[in-house]
Amino acid sequence: MNKPKIYLDYAATTPVDPRVIKAMAPFWQEKFANPSSLHFFGQEAKQALDQARSKVAQFLGAKFEEIVFTSCATESINLAHKGLLENFYLRMKEKPRVITTPIEHKAVLATLEHLQKLGWAKIDYLKVDQTGLVSLSDFDSLIKPETVLVSIGFVNNEVGTVQPIKKIGNWLKLANEKRKKQGWAKIYFHSDVTQAVGHFKINVDKLNLDLASFSGHKFYAPKGIGVLYLRSGVPITRQQDGGSQENHQRAGTENLSFIVGLAKALVIVEKERSQETKRIRNLSKRLIKGLLKVPGVHLIGNCQERAPHIVSILVDGVEGESVLLALSDLGIAVSSGSACTSGELKPSHVLLAMGISPSKAHGSIRFSLGRWTMRKEIDYLIKVFPGAIEKLRRIGKGINKN
Amino acid sequence: MAGVASYDRRVILRREIKMYSKKVLDHFRQPRNMGKMRDPSAVAQEGNPVCGDVMRIYLKIGKNKEGKDYIKDIKFQTLGCAAAIATSSIMTEMVKGKLLDEAVKVSNQAIAEALDGLPPVKMHCSVLAQQVLQKAIKNYQSKNSHR
Repeated sequence: MNKPKIYLDYAATTPVDPRVIKAMAPFWQEKFANPSSLHFFGQEAKQALDQARSKVAQFLGAKFEEIVFTSCATESINLAHKGLLENFYLRMKEKPRVITTPIEHKAVLATLEHLQKLGWAKIDYLKVDQTGLVSLSDFDSLIKPETVLVSIGFVNNEVGTVQPIKKIGNWLKLANEKRKKQGWAKIYFHSDVTQAVGHFKINVDKLNLDLASFSGHKFYAPKGIGVLYLRSGVPITRQQDGGSQENHQRAGTENLSFIVGLAKALVIVEKERSQETKRIRNLSKRLIKGLLKVPGVHLIGNCQERAPHIVSILVDGVEGESVLLALSDLGIAVSSGSACTSGELKPSHVLLAMGISPSKAHGSIRFSLGRWTMRKEIDYLIKVFPGAIEKLRRIGKGINKN
Repeated sequence: MAGVASYDRRVILRREIKMYSKKVLDHFRQPRNMGKMRDPSAVAQEGNPVCGDVMRIYLKIGKNKEGKDYIKDIKFQTLGCAAAIATSSIMTEMVKGKLLDEAVKVSNQAIAEALDGLPPVKMHCSVLAQQVLQKAIKNYQSKNSHR
């Protein structure tokens, strides 16, 4: 009997779309030149680079020169935060302050912790409620004259909670107008939009974003390519020194084939979004309904403000890694936030920040859907899930867990 | 799960094993001696507060021909990851039928080796299995100290 191969970990990464592979093909051996070269080979490459950059700018409602290509979202995030803070740290008398949330991706948190350790910034953490949402009212108490940056992820990768980015952007716009009158520095707004790109319309002006980071490999482009949106006039000090590529913001010969791939992937996302997001949302609703039939299964995240593709649950009486392996044995690939699955044996920081106890976080499972997820795969999962859980619950039945 | 190449034993010890061995997966999929016991001679439960795994074992102690205590039957229950389930399962296999004096000496390294090794981050599961066994034996011996 053939074991099925069902991938439900799209939030971790995605396969490259065949159309993206096709778009990238000419750039290995035909249009391989360095876009900085002045000869005809180079100019052809430059043209392709410009076209790709335009497409990305168009997707975000941004300007051509506001797009910086990087190797991944993590690099974009490092560049945004370190670039901005290095600039402010050198120019400000008081230590700059940054507001963020405790549920950000490690790329944001670790970068900010590093900056704090260097003494370049003081980090203020917004509270999140049990569903992972931040509250705008907390801003009032956290904003200080020395606050220079607010960094809040659009969609959380672990539980799928969608933050009110537009509201936050508007709030900051008004706050900045007041601050200008008081002679205080402007507060810049960064958002890690990695998990949002695939399903949400992102217009940098409507959201009032100054910076935004994302990776290609979450929306069917290859791994190894990312974007930093950098609004004109936002002062960052480049972090990767060398030549003058990316408008002097990030040196290094452009990864043209991957840039073209990413641009193509974005065009596809834009074109198919309304249909695809609806399809995925219906599938995840179906999945949630099926999972909740099993006793002791709890959906986490926010009921309304949730991404269409992420379904995060807590299961009583089982541990996440063992569920992961059991499902893997059944041909289904998923993820977990339990301590046993992390390299450092600590439960997911996102779950803990949401007030979930370490022992409950023990039973966390995350399913994430994508372009090739089919209804029959969801139905198969719903069918085999209860049995897999029952078997594991039997192994741990007599345990008194306080 | 992707196949793990059959490494030379020395290589296993030198290199960091990131994936589970076939034996670990086998015990995870088909745990031995799993369940509760009626009228156990001793029960013990131990938990790992860091990772959250919890193991519970039941011992049935009998006397052999020489009148010495031995593990007549043993059962386990584990709430935890694959390594936790596998280490407790194989531990029960290793000590069933053993004299108490022998069983108490079973080390966590022996448990890990019996599974053809564990990833370094999972070694603590073998320690937990050793601890719960020793605790159960101690529980029995303190109850039966006059023997």
